Amino acid sequence: MSASTQQASVVAVRVVDLECRLGGRPVVAGVGLDVRYGEVLALVGPNGAGKSTVLGAVAGDLAASAGSVLLDDRDVGEWSTRDLARRRSVLLQSHEVSFAFTVREVVEMGRAPWLGREEQDDDEEAVAEAMRRADVVHLADRPFTQLSGGERARAALARVLAQRTDVVLLDEPTAALDLRHTEDVMAVARDLAAAGRAVVVVLHDLSLAAAHADVIAVLDAGRLVAHGAPADVLTPEVVSSTYGIDVHVIADPDGRLLVVPRRAPRPHPDTPSRPI
Amino acid sequence: MVLAALVLLLAVGLVMSATQGQLSVSSADVLGTVLHGLGVDTSWRPEREVTEQALWQIRFPRVVMALLVGAALAVGGAIMQAIFGNPLAEPGVVGVSAGAALGAAIGIVTGFTFAGGWGIAALAFLGGLLATIFVYATARSAGRTEVVTLLLTGIAVNAFAGAGLAFVMFAGDTAAREQIVFWQLGSMNGSRWSEVLVVAVVTVLASAVALVLARQYDLLALGERAAGHLGVRVEALRIGSIVVVALLTGVAVAFAGIIAFVGLVVPHLVRLSLGPAHRGLLLTSLLGGAVLLTWADLGARTLVGGADLPIGMLTALVGGPFFFWLVRRTRGRSGGWA
Repeated sequence: MSASTQQASVVAVRVVDLECRLGGRPVVAGVGLDVRYGEVLALVGPNGAGKSTVLGAVAGDLAASAGSVLLDDRDVGEWSTRDLARRRSVLLQSHEVSFAFTVREVVEMGRAPWLGREEQDDDEEAVAEAMRRADVVHLADRPFTQLSGGERARAALARVLAQRTDVVLLDEPTAALDLRHTEDVMAVARDLAAAGRAVVVVLHDLSLAAAHADVIAVLDAGRLVAHGAPADVLTPEVVSSTYGIDVHVIADPDGRLLVVPRRAPRPHPDTPSRPI
Repeated sequence: MVLAALVLLLAVGLVMSATQGQLSVSSADVLGTVLHGLGVDTSWRPEREVTEQALWQIRFPRVVMALLVGAALAVGGAIMQAIFGNPLAEPGVVGVSAGAALGAAIGIVTGFTFAGGWGIAALAFLGGLLATIFVYATARSAGRTEVVTLLLTGIAVNAFAGAGLAFVMFAGDTAAREQIVFWQLGSMNGSRWSEVLVVAVVTVLASAVALVLARQYDLLALGERAAGHLGVRVEALRIGSIVVVALLTGVAVAFAGIIAFVGLVVPHLVRLSLGPAHRGLLLTSLLGGAVLLTWADLGARTLVGGADLPIGMLTALVGGPFFFWLVRRTRGRSGGWA
């Protein structure tokens, strides 16, 4: 079943009443949400809200202590490691590579799950396309270990894209990126959704989530506090109660929402900033 | 290119190594004897029966043993570095060799030597396995190796195994003591075909398994979670690899003693020249290790006239400064590993 034949609005991932414990303490509780094919879902929330934990549970890395995560209607824990690797790809927050593999070699590793399958024939094309989309073609022969943080993030993204799975999980893919590459990466996420894939992306920038996600899920202290279309979720009330900061939610000239902290007015340049 | 050069170096080293010793033998004698053994009679065949016998019974087993032990140690080092994700992990450095030596020494003193060489090899394997599992359990946390913890654990394991060896020496008789000193220094002297067979079987099988796993080792460089996301069953891979490392180190130590740094130097040089992809790394390390120990054994027998130097001393003499250089270089480049 390839991405193109997936019908839009079919549920890819169903999270039901999920609870995860780390060190005996529940860090996520009572979370329930659906991710559909053809949709970008943004997971947002303050530091330590449990975003990466939810993503880890969806990826199958963390066992749920209660509730369940279903991938294509089947519990994620029942999938074999290999089958899972052909169904979902994951971009983690840290991109460490132990030895001096080149960027091309790292991206080629994304094709490993397809070894010995007919999709293996697409290896070269998938790698080339992924490197182009992540803008790392010019870095192909550089050792991964010598790249800057942002370049590493893009090379790791290229590896994930080369895997060509129908479900794509991205944990803060834009954290180390400059303005242009941030927009590029979100455009990639949108393209994946347009091709019928399901994308879950953890983001910190609420304006970025508002601009590119179909659905936003807001986590706070391990619980889902809001869930829906950006305009319904990103209200000043929800944001201020979750983040503990007052914000303006305004429309940018292109009609998308901007979430901006309320700040004290800047003193006029003519007035001295301190008494002389 | 590199492979061809290594094969040539190995061939020349093997022949030269076979010519050196108390009995003077020419290269032609060596080739003639080998060819005769293969069923091809040539004019090179030595005229004297005693030359042929000396070659087959004393020289050849030793030469082949050096080749096999070098290959085993280099492949073992490369696998260990793959599962630790760190170029400093080496059976000698982290105490696996010492654990294996302790196992072998216990075998000697208690007379536990069933089935020819296999009994001591089994004990060396067990000692090495225990040491590997201990180091791994201590130095890995949350999918990463902390280098400081890895090296500190190595110090602790080496110290403990050293104390165990000292106790076994203290408890054993003079003959056992001499054998244990042999283990600590490392030597190919007195290798027998029955022992060579044990090392050959284990080295060939373990290297074959490692080559099959090569692609998964590549993925492991991305970190354990990312490797898992690409379909690697990380837990099974690690456990299997630990057993393979313990097997390789165990047989090498059981019959040649502690020969440190081969598993550190060889894979590192291969990575520098060919890159880190594990299929090439493992194959080239196998050859490179064989070349290194063949020549080191030749050096051990010829550097000082009439004396057979301990080969472990020679490799440590070269490997120690190399290790130091490696640490300095990494510190200069990226502030060290801590």
